[in-house]
Amino acid sequence: MKRTKITVGVTGINPIDSPGPGIPVIRGIRDSVEMESRIIGLSYESLDPGIYMHELVDKTYQLPYPSAGADRLLDRLEYIQSKEHLDVIIPNLDAELYSFIKLEPQLKQMGIHMCLPTLFQFEERHKFNLDEFGKKYDIPVPKSKTIYAPEEVYGLEKDFMYPVVIKGKFYDAGIAHNPEQAKTYFNKISAKWGLPIIVQQFVMGNEYNVVGLGDGKGNTIAAVPMRKQFITDKGKAWAGISIDEKILLDMTRKFVKATKWKGGFELELMKDANGKYFLLEINPRIPAWVYLAVGCGQNIPEALVKLALGKKVEPYTDYAIGKMFVRYSYDMIVDISEFEKITTLGEL
Amino acid sequence: MKINKNLAISENGFCLNPVTGESFSINPIGAEIIQLFKAGMTSEKVVKELCTSYNIDEATMERDLYDFVNVLKHHQLIQADEKN
Repeated sequence: MKRTKITVGVTGINPIDSPGPGIPVIRGIRDSVEMESRIIGLSYESLDPGIYMHELVDKTYQLPYPSAGADRLLDRLEYIQSKEHLDVIIPNLDAELYSFIKLEPQLKQMGIHMCLPTLFQFEERHKFNLDEFGKKYDIPVPKSKTIYAPEEVYGLEKDFMYPVVIKGKFYDAGIAHNPEQAKTYFNKISAKWGLPIIVQQFVMGNEYNVVGLGDGKGNTIAAVPMRKQFITDKGKAWAGISIDEKILLDMTRKFVKATKWKGGFELELMKDANGKYFLLEINPRIPAWVYLAVGCGQNIPEALVKLALGKKVEPYTDYAIGKMFVRYSYDMIVDISEFEKITTLGEL
Repeated sequence: MKINKNLAISENGFCLNPVTGESFSINPIGAEIIQLFKAGMTSEKVVKELCTSYNIDEATMERDLYDFVNVLKHHQLIQADEKN
């Protein structure tokens, strides 16, 4: 088979203790038998490990932080495009998605394709909208409330039973057993990720996740459920196993059909002692454990690239059950000259 | 007794519940019991079979089987609608 040559820009190339999904996304694309890819890493920090993983990333450019705004990002992408002629960009980080969604028309004019949720889809599934989202689409969600000031934690007993989960807008969460702990988490998380803070009823049980891909027309192109087997102190899965749970697949298809979700996503769920699943979060991008799906026979990154390019993609109907991923860390030896280049020139 | 039909059990007694992703190590007798249930045997037949194989009295076997079945229920390895 003649492989299509393609250049793909990938963000989130930081496989650290709270890993970005970029490297597993790249591994999926590299595994494609249909595409011969040149991979352009798009990084935010000079020590993002992906910058130095030359067997996976052909060249890396630094991007301005999302807080710098969409205009700065567009300027930078225009420069990168003049050098690299990107066909597709896959943004993988929550904090940058708003800017990329906003820039989608301009990037398309430049020849860069993406497969992203619409701004409405992106906003609607926010943690602070989850209550309404659950009601609208008839999906069980834990009771939640958005708060803006630390003093508000003192009124929570009216609506919640401790423990509660205190969550940041984009990242971070803590389980609070009393108002004092809730206030501490409020201050810690809001200082890092801003407001609002989301208070969610704690659900005791086991964590399950689904990685999926929607085509924007209501079709689920891919979906693989996973049970976390080992969780780090940051709440990240360090090992997991693909499972055969029809309820989760039905929930996923229902979510995609109802929202006409476009792009990759992750559903985070908790199964309580009665066997009922609660949707805790919808991440509007591919998760870092996506390579498990590739290993199970559903190459989601490859399918996403094809969707971005407007190609017809047949939905995956099967996957291997009982496949596990086990993550590991690894020390690379890097010459200072490489660090110097990325730090001073912003590219390597 | 109906063991979950998708339950995978290896020769070594390693058992994976593919619905929940939980895995268990089951001793040889436990694995044998699961295989007998999977083959469609009733509890009564399993008791008789094991009493003959291991030369054990029926009351003890019934009690041990009851305990084991409760463990299987606890871990959702038996289909929820099965009472026996």
